[in-house]
Amino acid sequence: MNITVTVNGTAHTADVEPRLLLVDFIRTNLGLTGTHIGCDTTSCGVCTVLIDGTPVKTCTMFAVQANGRSVTTVEGLKQNGELSAIQQAFREHHGLQCGFCTPAMMLVGTALIEENPDPTEDDIRWAISGNLCRCTGYMNIVKSIEAAAETTREGASS
Amino acid sequence: MTTTEHKPHTSPEIGGLGHSRRRVEDARFIEGRGNYVDDITLPGMLHMAIHRSPLAHARIISIDTSAAEAVDGVVAVVTGELLAGYNLAWMPTLSGDTQAVLATDKVRFQGQEIAAVIATDRYVAQDAARLVEVEYEDLEPIVNPQRALEEDAVLIRDDKEDQTSNLCFEWESGDKTATDEAFAKADKIVSLETHYPRSHPAPLETCGIVADVDSATGQATLYMTSQAPHAHRTVFALVAGLAEQNIRIVSPDLGGGFGNKVPVYPGYVVATAASLVIGQPVKWVETRTENLISTGFARDYYMKGELAVTNDGKILGLKVDMLADEGAFYADAQPSKFRAGLFHIVTGSYDYPAAYVTTRGAYTNKAPGGVAYRCSFRVTEASYLIERLVQNAAYELGLDPAEFRSSNFIQADQFPYHSPTGFVYDSGDYETAMRKAMDMVGYADIQAEKEQARKEGRLVGIGMASFTEVVGAGHGEDYDIIGLKMFDSAELRVHPTGKAILKLGVKSQGQGHETTFAQIVAEELGIPAGDVKVVEGDTDNTPYGLGTYASRSTPVAGAATAVISRKLREKAKKIAAHLLEASEEDLEWETGKFFVAGDPESSVSIQDIAFAAYTNPPPDLEAGLEGVHYYDPPNMTYPFGTYIVVVDVDPESGQWKVRRMIAVDDCGVKINPMIVEGQIQGGLTEGFAMSSMQHITFDETGNCLGSNFMDYLVPTAWETPRFELGETVTPSPHHPIGAKGVGESATVGSPAAYVNAVVDALQHMGVTNIEMPMSADRVWHAMQENSGG
Ligand code: FES
Ligand code: FES
Repeated sequence: MNITVTVNGTAHTADVEPRLLLVDFIRTNLGLTGTHIGCDTTSCGVCTVLIDGTPVKTCTMFAVQANGRSVTTVEGLKQNGELSAIQQAFREHHGLQCGFCTPAMMLVGTALIEENPDPTEDDIRWAISGNLCRCTGYMNIVKSIEAAAETTREGASS
Repeated sequence: MTTTEHKPHTSPEIGGLGHSRRRVEDARFIEGRGNYVDDITLPGMLHMAIHRSPLAHARIISIDTSAAEAVDGVVAVVTGELLAGYNLAWMPTLSGDTQAVLATDKVRFQGQEIAAVIATDRYVAQDAARLVEVEYEDLEPIVNPQRALEEDAVLIRDDKEDQTSNLCFEWESGDKTATDEAFAKADKIVSLETHYPRSHPAPLETCGIVADVDSATGQATLYMTSQAPHAHRTVFALVAGLAEQNIRIVSPDLGGGFGNKVPVYPGYVVATAASLVIGQPVKWVETRTENLISTGFARDYYMKGELAVTNDGKILGLKVDMLADEGAFYADAQPSKFRAGLFHIVTGSYDYPAAYVTTRGAYTNKAPGGVAYRCSFRVTEASYLIERLVQNAAYELGLDPAEFRSSNFIQADQFPYHSPTGFVYDSGDYETAMRKAMDMVGYADIQAEKEQARKEGRLVGIGMASFTEVVGAGHGEDYDIIGLKMFDSAELRVHPTGKAILKLGVKSQGQGHETTFAQIVAEELGIPAGDVKVVEGDTDNTPYGLGTYASRSTPVAGAATAVISRKLREKAKKIAAHLLEASEEDLEWETGKFFVAGDPESSVSIQDIAFAAYTNPPPDLEAGLEGVHYYDPPNMTYPFGTYIVVVDVDPESGQWKVRRMIAVDDCGVKINPMIVEGQIQGGLTEGFAMSSMQHITFDETGNCLGSNFMDYLVPTAWETPRFELGETVTPSPHHPIGAKGVGESATVGSPAAYVNAVVDALQHMGVTNIEMPMSADRVWHAMQENSGG
């Protein structure tokens, strides 16, 4: 089937098998390997990207279902050569260790801040509860998202 | 050795020990530019999928691969029979046993590898793998070690000539006679029977390989998820008969390891063989189900512990008897002379003269593994047992568990302390760490609240664990893995412009080696950490090492890094003397430079020295500023700490919630406090996971019931407690920089604290034990059974 998906602002047209998972389209067809695979049951969340701004687990969606949609992956977070607030915050607050869950965590955090610029700790923990991390114990991920929200608010008010 | 304040000696610009330097590796991870095995694509690369046994124990009558071979896109189907032609149907394990690569005679666990399909596409390979047809004759599945050791149990390992029962090993430690004598003198014997459940490290990245063997030159480049690339290269040389210099293992970024990526798995071997025969690269990456059902399980120890005590609260001795469920192949990753790992740390933080430990391991129809899951070889089980026993002993004697601990602690002036099972604890101050944790939690207040809560019908529990860990194996004379001494190595070259490359035999899986090891060089040579690049994971490009597990990177490779830095500093001194036209004896070192004693103006920086090493070395000295050091630790290190957990238990449902979790850790001198905290927070979460939810179970036919993340529960951000961290710093006296290692303390120490807390909440009902994972159901039953209801 022929599909056109906009990924990080660039439209990609491809002829794909109907059963091709979106995650494989992103990783294999487009070579964007920052989106990862960690399970077979939609449980771990490392495959999460934003589709029209909403976090979606791409291991549970076919590429053809993304036809005509706009996808943001971790590779799209940096804008004009500058790291986004959330990328900077993850680094500053030691929000990652092995880095495998990190792209998805940052995207979920980005969507949360977009929707709720001043999230509480519980809001953050709830928002990332579909994303597993085996390394950090989540405390520094929460801290990173809190800090990114704060910088984003400051940026908006200045 | 007393507790010391540790302030950085270097400026933040240099970034030596004690600086919370931001991580170097994050730069690529936050942009999605990490390079994990599954991210690697080579020209002409094929994909492999494995057909696995649905049965736990069965004889193979026939294997029919014709339907799989007929699928469009399938290049080859590999069976054990085919591998046998290359003498590759079986491989050695890290414990000196053998393991089937692809089953030929029998299947011995559900999920065992039978055939592998190589195809042009991953989807096609998986489709075709399903079409492999195997005819079986059912055999009795043996799903627990108790049954395995009964006389009439069917023999699982009938492939081994001398094997007449399912007994896998027997091992003992300590002194039986002395322990019997201690028990004869006891007023009370406190005993606890418990099972440390089967668990799985489950890093978010599963295991995998891209095998690229050039059939013309025999050069094999294997990109694989390996915590121990050098050891794996040697194993490959032994298994596959490839010349070791032609094997290059590259362990790229790893998405966590926690012990899961220590063993060599059949998939690695098959993919390598397939690439050799076909002449094209072959990729194999596990699915999560494959990861959970076939690789690297951990724990699964049935333990009976007895503590001999006096009425006035002194411990006299400890007896432990254990039965281990080893699965179908004995593949524990552990030092070869220690069949139950370092379990004999079980005497814990307490001073008593006698202990005796016996262990038997049994083969069962389960996946092999026995990996040290974020643990230094069975230390987790040991720490759990002693810390549970100590709490129960305190209850039985009517003493406060903290005071009971205190009156039995090894005292700060007793180090180095010789334990009754033969360890020499390097340093510690257990009392100070415990008091600090008690202060942080407000121990007296919380105990008072507990009493008050009971009157109101609420259940509050306080649990403590004052653990001692043992990490950083060797010494090489006693500790080896398949004969390889447990040293580790560091190679350091300072270039003419003063920038350095440090190459290591270990391999980070998220611990941040690229950041921390540069800090050790910065401390020792005064070269800014930002000028030191750390390289690891590529066997062609790094000195030989045993790898990263059992918290050994900092204790062993960290020491190697400090020592090689100091050796280069010695050489730098000679060059400095030449440059300053002074005699070596007159030179003094200050971070980053040598100067003439009494004349600080006459100095030369390490950067100038490095330049001179290549442009103007003293005539009698070889050029360059480079060296390698293989460090054989004189002893292991003994991190310790006290964890305190406060829980609220719902009397109606048995649900429990962590109200507070205090962790005071002492890992000696810290290289990077920020990273240490991150390691502790991660470890505390895994301890919480084991005590509350993580558990691999099997039904009576040997079906694995924890085969995906819907059944094998790991904690999310929502249920993970918030941790409060504290520290004491007691340097290791034998480690060059006084560090002890920290990656596993929290996983080792914390499960007992969580369980002790829930048991404590129910203790007045007569509850003395709740098995992990403490589901609400188990807690509820414990209340029902003990409340007279
Ligand atoms: S890969 Fe685990 S949720 Fe998608
Ligand atoms: S950082 Fe390793 S899984 Fe989150």
